[in-house]
Amino acid sequence: MQFPAKMIHSLFLVNSSGDIFLEKHWKSVVSRSVCDYFFEAQERASEPENVPPVIPTPHHYLISVLRHRIYFVAVIQSEVPPLFVIEFLHRVVDTFQDYFGVCTEAAIKDNVVVVYELLEEMLDNGFPLATESNILKELIKPPTILRTVVNTITGSTNVGEQLPTGQLSVVPWRRTGVKYTNNEAYFDVVEEIDAIIDKSGSTITAEIQGVIDACVKLTGMPDLTLSFMNPRLLDDVSFHPCVRFKRWEAERILSFIPPDGNFRLLSYHVSCQNLVAIPVYVKHNITFREGSSQGRFELTLGPKQTMGKGLEAVLISSQLPRGVLNTNLNPSQGTYNFDPVTKLLSWDVGKINPQKLPSLKGSMSLQAGASKPDENPTINIQFKIQQSALSGLKVNRLDMYGEKYKPFKGIKYMTKAGKFQVRT
Amino acid sequence: MDEGKKLHVHDKVFLSLPLLISIIKLSTTAILFYDSLAFHNKHFCTLAKRQMLSMSTNNLSYSDQGGTDSAVEVGQETTPTSSNAGAGFGLFSVDFKKNEDLKEMLESNKESLKLEAMKRVVGLIAKGKNASELFPAVVKNVASKNIELKKLVYVYLVRYAEEQQDLALLSISTFQRALKDPNQLIRASALRVLSSIRVPIIVPIMMLAIKEAASDMSPYVRKTSAHAIQKLYSLDQDQKELLIEVIEKLLKDKSTLVAGSVVMAFEEVCPDRIDLIHKNYRKLCNLLVDVEEWGQVVIISMLTRYARTQFTNPWKEEGVFDERNERAFYESDEEKTRDETEAKPYMMDPDHRLLLRNTKPLLQSRNTAVVMSVAQLYWHLAPKNEVSIITKSLVRLLRSHREVQYIVLQNIATMSIQRKGMFEPYMKSFYVRSTDATHIKSLKLEILTSLANEANISTILREFQTYVKSQDKQFAAGTIQAIGRCATNISEVTDTCLNGLVLLLSNRDETVVAESVVVIRKLLQIQPTQHSDIIKHMAQLFDNITVPMARASILWLMGEYCERVPKIAPDVLRKMAKSFTSEEDIVKLQTVNLAAKLYLTNSKQTKLLTQYILNLGKYDQNYDIRDRTRFIRQLIVPNDKNGALSKYAHRILLAPKPAPVLESAYKDRDRYQLGTLSHTINTKASGYLELSDWPAVAPDQSVRNVEVKEWAPSLGKTGKSKPAKSSDDKFYSDSGEEEEEKGSGSSSSEDGSSSSSEESGSDAESHVQKNSSQSSEESDKSSSQSEKSSSESDSEKKERKTKTPLQKKTVKPTAKDSDSDENGNIAKEANSSSAEESYSDSDSDSESDSDTHTDSDSGTEHKKETKSKAKPKVEVKSTKEVSLLDLGDFTPAPVTQHKSSVLSPSLLGDLEGLSLSNVSSIIQVSGPAFVPEKSHDLLHRMTGKGLSAQYQFPRQPCLYQPTMVSVQISLTNTTDHPLEQIHIGDRSPTGLNMHCFNTIECLEPEASVTVFMGIDFNDSTQAANFQLCTKEDHFSVSIQPAIGELLLPITMTELDFRKEKGKLLGMNESSATITMAAENMTSQPISRPVATVANLGVVPSSQGNVHRFAGKTASSRAVVLVTVELRESSTALITINTEKSVMGSMLLRDLKLALAQA
Repeated sequence: MQFPAKMIHSLFLVNSSGDIFLEKHWKSVVSRSVCDYFFEAQERASEPENVPPVIPTPHHYLISVLRHRIYFVAVIQSEVPPLFVIEFLHRVVDTFQDYFGVCTEAAIKDNVVVVYELLEEMLDNGFPLATESNILKELIKPPTILRTVVNTITGSTNVGEQLPTGQLSVVPWRRTGVKYTNNEAYFDVVEEIDAIIDKSGSTITAEIQGVIDACVKLTGMPDLTLSFMNPRLLDDVSFHPCVRFKRWEAERILSFIPPDGNFRLLSYHVSCQNLVAIPVYVKHNITFREGSSQGRFELTLGPKQTMGKGLEAVLISSQLPRGVLNTNLNPSQGTYNFDPVTKLLSWDVGKINPQKLPSLKGSMSLQAGASKPDENPTINIQFKIQQSALSGLKVNRLDMYGEKYKPFKGIKYMTKAGKFQVRT
Repeated sequence: MDEGKKLHVHDKVFLSLPLLISIIKLSTTAILFYDSLAFHNKHFCTLAKRQMLSMSTNNLSYSDQGGTDSAVEVGQETTPTSSNAGAGFGLFSVDFKKNEDLKEMLESNKESLKLEAMKRVVGLIAKGKNASELFPAVVKNVASKNIELKKLVYVYLVRYAEEQQDLALLSISTFQRALKDPNQLIRASALRVLSSIRVPIIVPIMMLAIKEAASDMSPYVRKTSAHAIQKLYSLDQDQKELLIEVIEKLLKDKSTLVAGSVVMAFEEVCPDRIDLIHKNYRKLCNLLVDVEEWGQVVIISMLTRYARTQFTNPWKEEGVFDERNERAFYESDEEKTRDETEAKPYMMDPDHRLLLRNTKPLLQSRNTAVVMSVAQLYWHLAPKNEVSIITKSLVRLLRSHREVQYIVLQNIATMSIQRKGMFEPYMKSFYVRSTDATHIKSLKLEILTSLANEANISTILREFQTYVKSQDKQFAAGTIQAIGRCATNISEVTDTCLNGLVLLLSNRDETVVAESVVVIRKLLQIQPTQHSDIIKHMAQLFDNITVPMARASILWLMGEYCERVPKIAPDVLRKMAKSFTSEEDIVKLQTVNLAAKLYLTNSKQTKLLTQYILNLGKYDQNYDIRDRTRFIRQLIVPNDKNGALSKYAHRILLAPKPAPVLESAYKDRDRYQLGTLSHTINTKASGYLELSDWPAVAPDQSVRNVEVKEWAPSLGKTGKSKPAKSSDDKFYSDSGEEEEEKGSGSSSSEDGSSSSSEESGSDAESHVQKNSSQSSEESDKSSSQSEKSSSESDSEKKERKTKTPLQKKTVKPTAKDSDSDENGNIAKEANSSSAEESYSDSDSDSESDSDTHTDSDSGTEHKKETKSKAKPKVEVKSTKEVSLLDLGDFTPAPVTQHKSSVLSPSLLGDLEGLSLSNVSSIIQVSGPAFVPEKSHDLLHRMTGKGLSAQYQFPRQPCLYQPTMVSVQISLTNTTDHPLEQIHIGDRSPTGLNMHCFNTIECLEPEASVTVFMGIDFNDSTQAANFQLCTKEDHFSVSIQPAIGELLLPITMTELDFRKEKGKLLGMNESSATITMAAENMTSQPISRPVATVANLGVVPSSQGNVHRFAGKTASSRAVVLVTVELRESSTALITINTEKSVMGSMLLRDLKLALAQA
């Protein structure tokens, strides 16, 4: 009898058409057929997202994650916190993305050896071993085009020649002996606004989620401090492990020794209690008439409270009711597209010019004889506002200690729409 | 090449003939099976179909194997969970040729060819194909020098060793050799692979390797050994006892790297051996923040279980718990607590508090699993009024990936049923978006329903209105159910909801209507009065409704309330009689019911109809309907045989039915621990460990005290409280909460044992006693694996003897210098290992270092100490310095130096010789080496309208609170009238912790007075601004400390210094080279300017050209080490090591300035 072992037993990668294209077992081998339960759930789900993340089977539990249209299905044999597995799987995807640039089926198949080596290092006996990308990169060099070419010619390897020290150092997330000729530290403050706007244009709920992503390429062991003009704005924060928590508690200053390269320094939440300025408004008039096979569709967008910054990369999408056969719309700018099969309307607006507001007008043809849809479609909006963080968060200064050179520092602000919906 | 292929095709055909036959046989049986089951088991069908498909597509590939084995395997495949299945299907669809050339490549001499071959082999494994026949060729390469090749061979070995046990044994010796490699990573990976080879025969070898690795120098290897424990255990459970020994040993490990893995092993091998945790509990709590994130999850969930067995329920009496009493509770010995637990209001065990406190920062983790595990810990362990701190973090997780949302929402759903208030402020975060996945939507709906109350119901209902119109009809149906639940829970809105639902009856979508009918039926059942118009309305709609469940519901309603709609009900029955044969079963059943009920109430109109329906039912295809019809007929239609029952027919059929309760599906989910897999799937997962109920009486808490085994038996017996002790208790209970907790919980204070004990007599000794098992284990480690034995405690005893004379000396309030010298000596010989411990602790929680000494009072010590009468008294006082000095019975006169109205802080300097600094042996505050006379203007007499004030830093540890820096202020009245009521007013930043001097009632003209205050600068040079007030005026003043004044000097030996320094390298080190004048190159001029700049203690140095200074920061007690190394050509290298890198660099700047001048 096999004693039920804890944690992650096996991993299967399944593509959207339901084929297993990679499997890895950390303990004894689990038959592929265990995935049949997963396929069944996949068949039952109307959308790929609707596959339940946790599927119990008679002897195993399948915990899956869907990223980049690939299901990462972990096989579990006994009690384990499901978030533990989910978080780990996402970490695996992040690592793949970090290594191969994209995390697609093709990329994984092309780099199957590296993938295998990574999985081997990331998990020992089903328990995470090394998940920090900095350490992994020391153990296993990420493939680059140049290196692949060189490797094929010289027959040399991807595996790090000398063994890493990171795992054992005081600063587990930073590798030692980092050297750059240009020392640079860039910080991107990116805020996403989630909102639900109701029919009449009033805000039902709106909140801001922000992250500070950093790209730090500094020599040696720099010790950075980042302070804000208005740290009180940050309501709920989560940090990269490098941030000294006590210091933040006491002084509201971020003090940290950064990992090398790209990483997410912190993510924060600006509470919904604060009033959030909604930077865009939508005027809409979507009507279906009873008995008629025609419906009207009118949409106008305009900027609002954007603090003088322009709205860019505006994209409208909307799932029209099933009864709509086709649309005949006329955009004042940009291009629109309607897929008669999925009933998905998308309109790539581009930039909004406040002098000439973009609009999309026209008619929809409905299925003859079908009754009028109950609900008007919800409109999802995407946009970007450069050089501005909607919450008003401002970085005060960045100081570096511990190293002598003068780094180049840069900070960028951006606001994006997150899940921004207008109900009509 | 081509020819080879052709040949191969022939092979295939020949080989596969018998096999094909067997497959055909198999598939025909499968088809038969499939047919017979088709109607019953849809689930099986899909599986069977899939199997068939895979079989048909793999027919050819099976033939490659050319054996009957594979046919057997096909058979096994049909059970989807068979765990062997080996290579699965697919096998080798490539040709033999490739196999052959792989073998050749592996056996070639060229490294690159081998590597290429191994890469292809790994590719095959990844695709789930069988590459087992290459085993002999692969295993030869296990000793390869090429690291990548080796790694790939490892991958292969781990995969196939189980199948090819004999061959796998060939590789074992290679691993055994690698286990002795000087490189820790090679040792670790050898152990990893060795333990992954699941071959029973090597169990003894594995056991040996694990044991050895568990005492390896490298924490990384020790971590690997913890992982190997689990592997070995799953291979051979007979090794349990031996493995538990290893676990016990590893649990004592202090490395953060090991902690998570060993707890994992503990959870798997012996989760019931809770006794192993006791001694490590506090250490685990304190290490927790620094453990890697995955380990945190495991440790937290283990500690949750542990806490539920060890502490008492904090929920019984809400809000009564009082931190002040905790100390008393904690201090009192065993018997006493037993009695008290019943009588006294609830008091939280300090260890319980320690756990809650140390996990709280982890709510800020980026790892969602960590956040969730802290949340569940708070949910299961924290007093009710503290649970809500997890809300915000959980809501934050909702922004994460879809899968994370799903799990978090499930847990919130369970929580929100019990504690609406927790999530109500965040209600809007649970509003549904049209883009959410279905299961997310329904969970959000669930939570919104649970959160609904009288105040917010209108908002929620408005939101629900939008959902009802959703295009996702399943979701709309869910919303209707939710509305139904709101309507039952909140009586104010029942009517509104009911009317709303009735409106929905005219909806065009069938599912919506059906769901509404069902919900209305339930609602009406709860409130049957006054709703006959709704029933009528539903009867009207009956013709348009086609969903069986809805039709059945309406029929049931008609029957149940037929007396309220006497005209309509028979008409409905008439319609049903017409369409009876074409209805679904469930509708037919309800029709029969309706007929029966009407027959009883209104037999005149319905007798014939009923009989007609009963006749139809009698010949129905469905057994249940025939059965029901027969039963009803016997019951209601009077005939000769059944007189007895039919009397009661009315009462049987028309009995008042209890209303259904509309409840959340998450109602009873909380029987599973939150955050677990079992909670998610709502069934007990295998390996799930139940959370035990709180014990009625807390088990002995002293088990968590870390102590020497030898002394243990005397502890329990002698623990009687004495007068001296009770006074201690009182005093303890007054000390600040944080200090007491930390002190008691953390091991930080005590490990220093020797040198601190020498300073403070009995207290310290008891520290030795309590903590020595820990410290001994530690020195154990440092003195390279000498067994923990009596020799250790012997040496301690000796120490104690040598200490006795010293104690007497130090009690005298003089001789600071000699004092520190002795410290140095003793520390050297005593406990060289303590350095390590003190470091890790000060790191993990810097608050802890306040000068309390907590769990020290064991009765034994008191007995001994009463020998010298004077001592206990002094000692009690010395401990008081913590936060309050109630000086009623204690005259500080002989030691005060300043003519101040307030107690001088310098008193502390003298007392401190007696006090226990709980930092560690080497980090003890000594007197200042030098006190600069420089004073600074605080308030000029011109601006102060005649009041002038100057301040200076007396460099004494602050009396009021150890984290404060003491400031001496001289106030002078330069006016010609007395100034009254000089005191301190508003301060900024407001959070600044400051101990003000007492109000000076009156300052005569030309008089001056010196007062002391304490300011906690938080280790920053930010100025403390406050107002100096007289009766008439307010003057804003500010004190700007130089960086050097935020330090306290400490004494340590050179050895300790080096050790500490060794831990503060890298980012914690800053250094600079300066040029100095040649005449300053001797020791004296160096220490003078250094001492002027910063309040540091001199460390005796054996090298003439290297000068060392040590101190610690006032607030956070971080060690600051300064080294000045004089070099030729009058340059000097200044190095500063401190974890406070900002302070380090500032101090460096000041020192550079000072020394360059010199």
